[in-house]
Amino acid sequence: MKKYTYTEKKDTRSGFGAGLSELGKTNPNVVALCADLTGSLKMDAFAKDHPERFFQVGIAEANMIGIAAGLTIGGKIPFTGTFANFSTGRVYDQIRQSVAYSDKNVKICASHAGLTLGEDGATHQILEDLGLMKMLPGMVVINPCDYNQTKAATIAIADYHGPVYLRFGRPTVPNFTPADQKFEIGKAVMLNEGTDVSIFATGHLVWKAIEAGEQLAAQGISAEIINIHTIKPLDNSAVINSAKKTKCVVTAEEHQMNGGLGDSIAQLLARELPTPLEMVAVNDSFGESGTPDQLMTKYGLDAINIIEAAKKVIARKA
Amino acid sequence: MASTAELEKIVTQVRRDIVRMVHAVNSGHPGGSLGCTEYLVALYFDIMKHNPSKFSMDGIGEDLFFLSNGHISPVFYSVLSRSGYFPVKELATFRKLNSRLQGHPTTHEHLEGVRMASGSLGQGLSNAIGAALAKKLNKDNSIVYSLHGDGELQEGQIWEAAMYASAKNVDNLIATVDMNGQQIDGSTDKVLNMGSLRAKFEAFGWHVLDLEKGNDIASVVNALNTAKAHTGKGKPVMILMKTEMGNGVDFMMGSHKWHGVAPNDEQLAQALNQNAETLGDY
Repeated sequence: MKKYTYTEKKDTRSGFGAGLSELGKTNPNVVALCADLTGSLKMDAFAKDHPERFFQVGIAEANMIGIAAGLTIGGKIPFTGTFANFSTGRVYDQIRQSVAYSDKNVKICASHAGLTLGEDGATHQILEDLGLMKMLPGMVVINPCDYNQTKAATIAIADYHGPVYLRFGRPTVPNFTPADQKFEIGKAVMLNEGTDVSIFATGHLVWKAIEAGEQLAAQGISAEIINIHTIKPLDNSAVINSAKKTKCVVTAEEHQMNGGLGDSIAQLLARELPTPLEMVAVNDSFGESGTPDQLMTKYGLDAINIIEAAKKVIARKA
Repeated sequence: MASTAELEKIVTQVRRDIVRMVHAVNSGHPGGSLGCTEYLVALYFDIMKHNPSKFSMDGIGEDLFFLSNGHISPVFYSVLSRSGYFPVKELATFRKLNSRLQGHPTTHEHLEGVRMASGSLGQGLSNAIGAALAKKLNKDNSIVYSLHGDGELQEGQIWEAAMYASAKNVDNLIATVDMNGQQIDGSTDKVLNMGSLRAKFEAFGWHVLDLEKGNDIASVVNALNTAKAHTGKGKPVMILMKTEMGNGVDFMMGSHKWHGVAPNDEQLAQALNQNAETLGDY
């Protein structure tokens, strides 16, 4: 098992803020909109440095999405920022008609996704956003795993023409990917080559997959660990090639089982290469108040759950 | 500048296009389309600075128009084609399979002249504000226009946008509400009485103009010119335009019944009799 280390834990939302701030300096067409959550989204630096390109819309997310779509007409590249819940479910029809169907170059940037939002509880802990967004034709859906990768993804999506959903979170997590990485939309990242089981993880579950891989290695199980930072378009060949080799698959994500990464991989494998598969995800349930760690444990999204799923799926191999 | 007589000729032909388009596919929305014919003809043939022969999505240096009540696509398509955005003969494909003229307007099929999909109501004012903000960033002093149904104002997003436009001084924007007083389930007063829209938009910080004769081309042109004179003064401009749904076809006028119903063969003949061919049918 390849050894991964980190010097500090950082929040992915700060990676977004840093990426946006850099874009502000390098790309004059980048504009940003926020619905009264500038601090939470770490958009303060952009707002301070480029007041003429920052639009505070107040608590009016539908209007924010509509304005962002309009701003593209004239060549602007709008980045909208609010919590994932208000970035997707609250404004689904606005995204569908004004952004996705209208082919607008809007970047919907969503923080505080999933259970790790913590104490605010289920009203704010959206676990359905990846599914909602990936169903929209033409929408790119990205869920990076740490600060460095979120920063790199933020910068990369400005150079891609088309609608993008970029999902990140509130808690600090190990920052282990290289600061100078090149982010390639739709390209899975091989973290550890293995032979017994493939673990495909996204977002905050990537580090937990690495922890699980280390513990599995100690027990003599060789896990292949792949970071799927882009849910859509899915890196089909990375999934199929790994599944061909290991012949069993675990998926891991901070999202509902319905509609998430596991669902995309299951669809792909069912069509191309039927393979035993176990999903580590929230099973048709809302979250609740608690600390992020407590919630990840209660809802079965820890390294131990990935380890159990790996053993279970290995046992299912023919 | 076009003369009133020239504009009236175009209006008559556009009315013919509308009823022929919806008749051909036995679907579509003739009532609101006919009511807004003068407005769209005035805008595209007299008021707006635009470049129909060389459509660009970004429309730099051009005035832009957003149709928020996308169901009146027949009048929009007719006026776009008659002003040169795409061939008039393409009107014959309206609402048919593989057409660029979808039931509600879309950019998805790359139809020249359309910059935003609309149909799900309440979104166009936000879109127009965004385009107006882009113009300000680009130091482009053109104007952004939008059209809305009165029933559409029941959507909450309209009021989010109305609040934003005045709070942020989006003063290169002229929105118009088609006050035909009708919506699908009956009169707007009966379905959900909205009270005084003038008082509401003034309270939201807009400069509000009343256009009593929205089906009189000269009055529409005057109102739009007055509205233009009020741009650049710190406030968004609103025209409350009274129209008659189904205007120009006597049996369609004054009722919500023709909101989304096509005429039969006999009714089509009657409608065409009342609107002589002026520029040649498609």
